[in-house]
Amino acid sequence: MYSDKVMQNFMNPKNVGEIEDADGIGEVGNAKCGDIMKMYLKIENDIIIDAKFKTFGCAAAVATSSMATELVKGKTIEEALKLTNQAVAEALDGLPPVKMHCSNLAEEAIKTAIDDYLVKTGRKSFSAGGCIGCCSKCHEGHGEEGCE
Amino acid sequence: MDRFIYMDHSATTPVKKEVLEAMIPYFSEKFGNPSSIYSLGRESKKAIEEAREKTAKALGANPSEIYFTSGGSESDNWAIKGVAYANKAKGNHIITSCIEHHAVLNSCKYLENDGFEVTYLPVDSDGLISLEDLKNAIRPETILVSIMFANNEIGTIQPVSEIGQITREKGIYFHTDAVQAIGNVKIDVEDLNIDMLSLSAHKFYGPKGVGVLYIKKNVKISSFIQGGGQERGRRASTENVAGIVGLGKAIELASNNLENYNAKLIKFREMLMDGIKERVPFVKLNGHPEKRLPGNVNFSFEFIEGESLLLMLDMKGIAGSSGSACSSGSLDPSHVLLGIGLTHEIAHGSLRLTLGEENTEEDVRYVVEAIPPIVQRLREMSPLYEKILRGEKNV
Repeated sequence: MYSDKVMQNFMNPKNVGEIEDADGIGEVGNAKCGDIMKMYLKIENDIIIDAKFKTFGCAAAVATSSMATELVKGKTIEEALKLTNQAVAEALDGLPPVKMHCSNLAEEAIKTAIDDYLVKTGRKSFSAGGCIGCCSKCHEGHGEEGCE
Repeated sequence: MDRFIYMDHSATTPVKKEVLEAMIPYFSEKFGNPSSIYSLGRESKKAIEEAREKTAKALGANPSEIYFTSGGSESDNWAIKGVAYANKAKGNHIITSCIEHHAVLNSCKYLENDGFEVTYLPVDSDGLISLEDLKNAIRPETILVSIMFANNEIGTIQPVSEIGQITREKGIYFHTDAVQAIGNVKIDVEDLNIDMLSLSAHKFYGPKGVGVLYIKKNVKISSFIQGGGQERGRRASTENVAGIVGLGKAIELASNNLENYNAKLIKFREMLMDGIKERVPFVKLNGHPEKRLPGNVNFSFEFIEGESLLLMLDMKGIAGSSGSACSSGSLDPSHVLLGIGLTHEIAHGSLRLTLGEENTEEDVRYVVEAIPPIVQRLREMSPLYEKILRGEKNV
């Protein structure tokens, strides 16, 4: 069911861990749904110089975390904010349909971490709460009330 | 990884050599239709009747009470819908439990859309129903109680004999899904007051696609497939002769070897459970500690997710299963694990290992050694475990 790329990124994930003095941290998901992603970003001059993660979840969740951190390293925050869940999934040679919400989580985790950085550096938060991507309902337009 | 250890016998079992040998002639050589009058047909008919006798003997039933089906799900569907529709004039209420197999639960849901009422009994933290709850749920219009013999995920064995006594006294039919129990637990339908029982051959080293519904004499039940006169006109369709022969052989072997098989599995099960408990912290045994299937081990490992665990075990050549949402393809973990009161979080981290014939003591030792580093590796990746290490969260 998983592509070789997903399995590689699951068995040998890149960037697992924490960044002690991270400039932005984003935690998304919900243990109830079975997925939690925590992203740590080290940012200098609005450029992401390092990214690490910790993830509780299935193989797809771990693989998308690994791929998403790889994809944003070296990017400006503006570029990183454009990272879509489709791009993460495509970089992994696709995900099974029931696992697409995991790529959503990765996108949300990066965005939340960047948002944290923006707030910490005295800039305006671009998100106003809402969806934290913990379930696949994002595609069904659950609006502002979130998952629960 | 050359090593392959299969510990998912509750999912399915390999067909035994003797079973396969018994089946082979009925594909190309003795291929006659059992309904045909000439000797080739009669030979097939005879083979089916012999399998019926073996099955009846294993269950303490009469051969005329054994009906061959396509498997456990069909047997459950037939028992529940068949009794419901045939006894509609008497009542419209059915009692089952919240941890049944989906073949039972979804048959009940189907009936709920057709004017029937269903009570889903809760279970305690070990997975047992309460006999008091059962008695209290019975109404004048109750026509059927369907409670599984043993649970497929957590292995808990229900008080079937006591349930049978209650339903017998009240004059209510009692069906039990014994798919996981057959070949693992001694079952005598007379002693246990069972009116209907479902079983499936592939769970006890027989082939897939063939099962049985035992229907006690005089149970009022509608026929399931309309057509020719097969299975006394109650389940039409040309018989799966080779499959039925395989089922007969498999059930005969299983009942002859029940004691040895049980003793071996219980020994290995205890080794596995103790070995894991000793080596892994933050672990919870799911299911009743003693009243459980001989080969069933089910643990929840906190802070990790089951599908990841399964895939990593697979890399070590170990085949198991999990009740996590990710492995079930839905967003919710198994209804059984939620039914025994686990939080979603803990239910996501479940691992079921079910032992069987080919497993050796060395296999058990290998698995016991393989699990702890995998669990540790996943925990080190988990933000939930990180919180525990920092003491941010109470366990």
